[in-house]
Formats: sequence, structure tokens, C-alpha cells
Amino acid sequence: MEFALLLASGAAAVPSWVLLAYLVAGVCFILALRGLSSPESSRRGNIYGMVGMAIAVATTLATHEIAGIGEILAAIGIGAIIGLTIARRIAMTAMPQLVAAFHSLVGMAAVLVAAAAFLNPGAFGILDAGGDILAVSRIEMALGAAIGAITFSGSVIAFAKLNGNMSGAPILLPMRHVINLGTVAAIVVMTGLYAMSPAAGPGEGALFWIICAAAFAVGFLLIIPIGGADMPVVVSMLNSYSGWAAAAMGFTLGNTAMIITGALVGSSGAILSYIMCRAMNRSFISVIAGGFGQDASSGDKGPAIDRPYKAGSAEDAAFLLGQADKVIIVPGYGMAVAQAQHVLKEMTDHLKAKGVEVKFAIHPVAGRMPGHMNVLLAEANVPYDEVFELEDINSEFAQADVAFVIGANDVTNPAAKTDKSSPIYGMPVLDVEKARTTLFIKRSMGGAGYAGVENELFFRDNTMMLLADAKKMVEEIVKALD
Amino acid sequence: MDFISILSIFVLACFVGYYVVWSVTPALHTPLMAVTNAISSVIIVGGLIAAAAAGVPGAKWLGLAAVVLASINIFGGFAVTQRMLAMYKKKERK
Repeated sequence: MEFALLLASGAAAVPSWVLLAYLVAGVCFILALRGLSSPESSRRGNIYGMVGMAIAVATTLATHEIAGIGEILAAIGIGAIIGLTIARRIAMTAMPQLVAAFHSLVGMAAVLVAAAAFLNPGAFGILDAGGDILAVSRIEMALGAAIGAITFSGSVIAFAKLNGNMSGAPILLPMRHVINLGTVAAIVVMTGLYAMSPAAGPGEGALFWIICAAAFAVGFLLIIPIGGADMPVVVSMLNSYSGWAAAAMGFTLGNTAMIITGALVGSSGAILSYIMCRAMNRSFISVIAGGFGQDASSGDKGPAIDRPYKAGSAEDAAFLLGQADKVIIVPGYGMAVAQAQHVLKEMTDHLKAKGVEVKFAIHPVAGRMPGHMNVLLAEANVPYDEVFELEDINSEFAQADVAFVIGANDVTNPAAKTDKSSPIYGMPVLDVEKARTTLFIKRSMGGAGYAGVENELFFRDNTMMLLADAKKMVEEIVKALD
Repeated sequence: MDFISILSIFVLACFVGYYVVWSVTPALHTPLMAVTNAISSVIIVGGLIAAAAAGVPGAKWLGLAAVVLASINIFGGFAVTQRMLAMYKKKERK
């Protein structure tokens, strides 16, 4: 009983072993990320993560007087069943939308925790002597709720776009920049007002709820103008936000595990967004401002059909591949859509049996999330030491006999290197045109890539277009190789 | 803990995060997102505190809801990361 009173009187009275336990949990989370520096150490890293989480949960349960342990265990149990079921059933191609969905849950959890702290600040030890919520805690709570709400609604939209419930095309509202900036400014001002407000007892101050509502609106408005192909940046950004939300709540609770995690996740998402933006040669601001790729559907289809190109059959492709000494495969989002990774692996096995050297080249923005292609290839049992990043393999295209592009387009477009007027000018691209022959699997000649730019490679002499569904085409190539 | 010590931990952790994340191999960026997702659900601590406290039913139910959502993420996030990491294999040596 005395212990509970101590806790209620403020965070300063927490015994030191508790602080240490949370610190250990935080260090475990650092080790979890550190493990990801190589696939061998990554599995151990993941175990560290689980241990850290177990320590944090156990410490919290051990140091608080619990009114109903049954309900809490039931809540954890429900979450565990849902979480494990999803994790087991989800298709690897659906990973981007799953991550978006998970982000939305973290965001919503942050909002709920902030709201609970608002209603029962005593339990969180954030009351001053007069029974009011501490001003600094009010700021942290409002920020945690606001960032959480933005993460939630933004992730829901990102999920809908990635999952195909909503068109990937940007939805552009008039005056959207003014509306968005205005709402964000209003949230900041209201947070300040709430911190200074005289009505600061538990549950007092309608401003808190207005801040939450405004933040939900911002998340929604922020993501609807962003096109499907910019989702790698959006998903990384929301990843970052979910971290900052956790950090804000960590400040409220004075909890080191939450603060360390929040900082880790926040920087992780920020770095991933930066890598994605750099790989597209675009500024973060221009991605967030949205609207990219909106012209893709308008006038670009016409001229593509008129120009002559060389179309080939699966047999032609199989012949070229079979004769080659070295083949570099460039997968893109189209491979994910067609679920062609397994049959592609089968094709590489056939080629290797014929003595052909096969490597994979991955552009950082291929797919719909960072590392998307790597996971799909790993799923298909492609060894990770045959898969290379852009900067590591780009010089090898000149020695390759065949560059096999499957479902990628803009990331191979030489216009990025030569045409200053192109929207993708300056973006690092894979030099597939340097290979003796370039094979492109594409569903049809109509329709440009996401950037709405025509790829001049399609019409070159040493390019052969394989127009078909990626999976069917590769299956036929495999048959022809036999 | 006072605000300044918490802030110090936060700032230092941001630097740790910066260096640790840059050392993550790009091939593992998707598992990185999945595992950061799982660990950011450490926010469950806040949910547990609210759910454990007696007195304010509204706060308790919000806390329990937060515990459910965060648990989905923790179990789902770690499990799906494990599933992905298990797929990364080296070339078989013959």
C-alpha cells in the first residue's frame, strides 16, 4: 500500500531496480536493430527485441497495483491471437500494407494511452500538488495524442492505397497546402493554450479532444494527395511518426524504455525516408506535398504505341538467356503484383544448371516499401548473397550478356542520366542498357511508369520486349529452357 | 526522473538510433520496419498502467483497448519479422 502511494506521488519515487529494468529493455531494443546489420545476426536480434518487450511488460505489471489482472491478461491474449494469426497467414507480397496497418495500431494505441492519461492522470503520476496535470505533461500528452492520431489516420489511408481499397492516384484538394499547414499550426497553438489553460484537472479541457480530432484530420489530408508509387516514403515516414508518438508518451511516463525505443524508431523511419527520397532524387518536401505521377494517366499513352519496338516470345528469351554467360535480373513492383518471384527462382535454377552466372540487382525504391524486393526474393529461396544493391552491381551491367527486367521501368530509364527536362532527371538508375541485350517483361506497351515518363529503352535495337503477365511469361521461359 | 535527465536519454538515443540504423543492410529494410513496429508497441506500458489503475472506468477501458492494439503489434510484429528473417539464406556450399 505504501508502495502504491509512493508511485502516486510522482515518478521520482520509483525504485531504482525498476529504472534499471526499463533501461535493460531499452538496450535490448537497440541490440534488436543492431542485429539487422547482417542476416546471420538478425534472428538473434529479434530475440533480443522480444526479451526487451517481456522485461518492459513484466516490470510494469510488477510495480503497479492491479485492479483486475484477468482483464489485462485477456486483452493481451486477444491481441496475441489476432497478431499471431495475421503474422502466420499474411502473404509476403502484402507486407507493405501489413506494415501500414501495424503503424496505424501503434498510432491508435498512443492516442488511447494519452486519452487515458488525460482522464486518470493520478495513475500516471503527472499531477501537481494542487491536483492539476503538470503543464509539461500536458504538452507531452497533447503531442503524443496528436502524433499518434496523425500516424493512425495517415496509415489507414496508406493501407487503403497499398491494399487497393482506394485508388493509388493522388487526390488533390484545392488549397490543400493551406489547409494542412493551417491545421498543423492550429494544433501547435492549441497545445500551447492547453498547457497554459487553468482547467487542468483530470479530464478537464475540451482542447485536448479538439487537438486529437484535428490531428486525425491532418493524417488523412496529408496522405490522400500522395500517389501509390511514393508509398515507400510515406510508409517510412509513418514508421518514424509512430516512434515519435511512443517517445512523447515515454516523456509523460518518465519511462526510459519508451524513450529509447521512440528515438530508435523515430530515427529509423526518418533515415529510411531519406534513403528513399535520395533514391528518387526528390526532396522529402516534394514527396509530402504530393501529386507526383498525376499526369501518368493523361497524355502519355499515345506516342508509345506508334514507335517501332522489337517484341519477342518466351522461346526467344529462353534462347538468349541460355546462351548467356552472365545474366542480371532487375525485379520491380510488377514482379510483386504478378507474384512471379517463385517461378523466377525456378528460371534462375535452370540457368545456373546450364552454367550461366545469375545475379539480382535491386534499386532502393523498387516495390512499395524499403527492402520489398529483397524479402520476396528471400521468400522464393534466392540466396541473399546473389542479390545486390544498385551501387554494388551497376558497374557489372557492361559485362552482362542479358539484363532481365521484370516489372520494373522508371528505375532503368536512361533519361534520368541524360534528359534534363525529365521529371526523373538525376535519379540514380540501373544501367541495364549497357548489357548486350535487355529483356523487358511488361504487360503492354501502353501506360508509362509511375513517373509518367516514357522509357526510351523500349525502342532500342538491343532491347526485346516480352509483353505478357510477368508470371506467365517466366513460366513459359522455364518451359522453353527445359 | 526530472525532465532534463529524460531529455538527455532521448537525445543520446536519437544518436544511437542514427548510427545503428545506418548500419542496417538495405536487404533487411523490410524486416527493420516490421521490428521497429513491434518495439514501438512498448507503448503497451502506458496502456497497462491505465488498465491496472482503479477508480476511473473510462481511463481503464481506454487502457485495455490500447493493450489489445499494442499486443496485436507486438506478437504480430515479432512473429512476422521472425518469419521474414528465417527466409534469408546464404548460397548452399557444394
